[in-house]
Amino acid sequence: MAETFILVPGRTSKQGCGVSEGKFTDGYQKEISSLQVADEDMKRYGLVNGDKVRITTESGRQVDLAVITAPAKELPSGMLFLAYGDLSSILMDGDTHGTGMPTSKGMDVTMEKL
Amino acid sequence: MSTTAASTKPVDPSVKVVTDATCTFCGCVCDDIDISVKDNHIIEAKRACVMGKAWFLNHHADDRPSCLIEGKPASVAEGVERAARILTEARYPIIYGLSDTTSEAQRVAVHIGDLIAGTVDTTTSVCHGPSGMAFQSAGEVTCTLGEIANRGDLIIFWGGNPAENHPRHFTKYSLMPKGMFLPNGRKDRTAVAIDVRNTKTAKAMDLFFQVKPRSDFECLWTLRALAKGIDLDPAVVKKDTGIELARWQDLMARMKACKFGVILFGMGLTMTRGKHLNSEALLSLARDMNAFTRFVVKPMRGHGNVTGADNVVTWSTGYPFGVNMSRGYPRFNPGEYTTSDTLARNEADAAMIIASDPMANFSQPARERLASIPYIALDPKDTPTTRAATVAFTTATYGINTAGTVYRMDDVPIFLRPAFESPHPSDFDVLTAIKHRVMELTNQQ
Repeated sequence: MAETFILVPGRTSKQGCGVSEGKFTDGYQKEISSLQVADEDMKRYGLVNGDKVRITTESGRQVDLAVITAPAKELPSGMLFLAYGDLSSILMDGDTHGTGMPTSKGMDVTMEKL
Repeated sequence: MSTTAASTKPVDPSVKVVTDATCTFCGCVCDDIDISVKDNHIIEAKRACVMGKAWFLNHHADDRPSCLIEGKPASVAEGVERAARILTEARYPIIYGLSDTTSEAQRVAVHIGDLIAGTVDTTTSVCHGPSGMAFQSAGEVTCTLGEIANRGDLIIFWGGNPAENHPRHFTKYSLMPKGMFLPNGRKDRTAVAIDVRNTKTAKAMDLFFQVKPRSDFECLWTLRALAKGIDLDPAVVKKDTGIELARWQDLMARMKACKFGVILFGMGLTMTRGKHLNSEALLSLARDMNAFTRFVVKPMRGHGNVTGADNVVTWSTGYPFGVNMSRGYPRFNPGEYTTSDTLARNEADAAMIIASDPMANFSQPARERLASIPYIALDPKDTPTTRAATVAFTTATYGINTAGTVYRMDDVPIFLRPAFESPHPSDFDVLTAIKHRVMELTNQQ
């Protein structure tokens, strides 16, 4: 099953700390490669923390990520969150629509359980 | 804020305490941190937030070489020579980054851009660059964070999450302070969050509007219409924004009734479809509200001196970012001269990256281009960008090892109080050396 979601990459405190602690540290790498999924979506997909999913953008960019349940009901069903970093950047297209800023939040993606 | 030299209060002979040091991790630029230094390590950072502590406690004098050329240790002089040749021999050289260094270094970088007829861009272009475009069309009804602390009785956070990203903003500036006209602090303020996620920030508010994703433009124009007294169809508003019209009407009534309204906005607006038009709608809303009461709007800035980069590039060239000087005078065109574009379109053929990490946070097409061209990187840390650089300088950390000027997110300049000396040169020193060599190679004064 591969449903369409809206992906919102963003900053987190852990990701921000990791910038200072070192981008090659385990803590930073774990933070930027953990996809937050709403609790109801986790259940519907039959996912538990640590399971792998494949995220695909409309232009075909793909990354495989481990999922974690979004804390404290931060996400509505149908929305995904990923801390900024190498993997969220892979999903961005190069086009900036004349602004200099690639569309890096609110991207339509599909999520497939691996 | 003090601009006097750093004061020291030795606690014991082996520990140096620097009072009122400045944290340059985020745009809050907190200048009330007391740091304790022992053996060139910061062992304590009083009053710093979780990210400030990570910043101070993880920047120590490491033993990496000050310069690597193609991954091999080299002298700084050799690195300067190679860097100058890369920049002067290129047809479309770009300079990018600048948000985590001093304004003194930023100024030298812009000068180099001028000397090599290159393009100068900052991390603003992938941050609040769309807001920078909107400022030019709608203006910015602005203020300092001190005014917000003393006067702001209605605070709206839109598309941002300061509880995670600017942890001391609430306590120092926007929610908790007991101000001149707000003697009861938080009790005298109404706090509102508008966001697609129910974040930690949203949970700290009096009101939360969890809007439909990618509907910021529609939400803002709903409020602009209500400010003008225009009737709206409740069904259409609910469908477009995900929020009942009655709630928007209630918010507008509060906005009109407050004494000093403040909108603080994040990259939820600028990075989402609509981008500069979202920012423009928000700036226009704040402007509209001044027909009823005092209302201001400020972007929440991320990096410690990204605001300084905007200021320096603007007073140097007339434009805030994405400035091309190939014709001998500055031209500004986001989408054409911004770094994401010059790289992704395979136009740039050499680069100098200063205090930023595009190899970790640019789009894949842009990263692939950067990896294929000669480039110079200046950074205190080992990053994906320094690892792939032709010439990589390990530089001293601003604010911890070097003095200089940074601009807080409200454009207030603050002078830095370094804690200890680094074995590595500063960005300013490396850039100045590159500038002089570029002048020699291009026969310019």
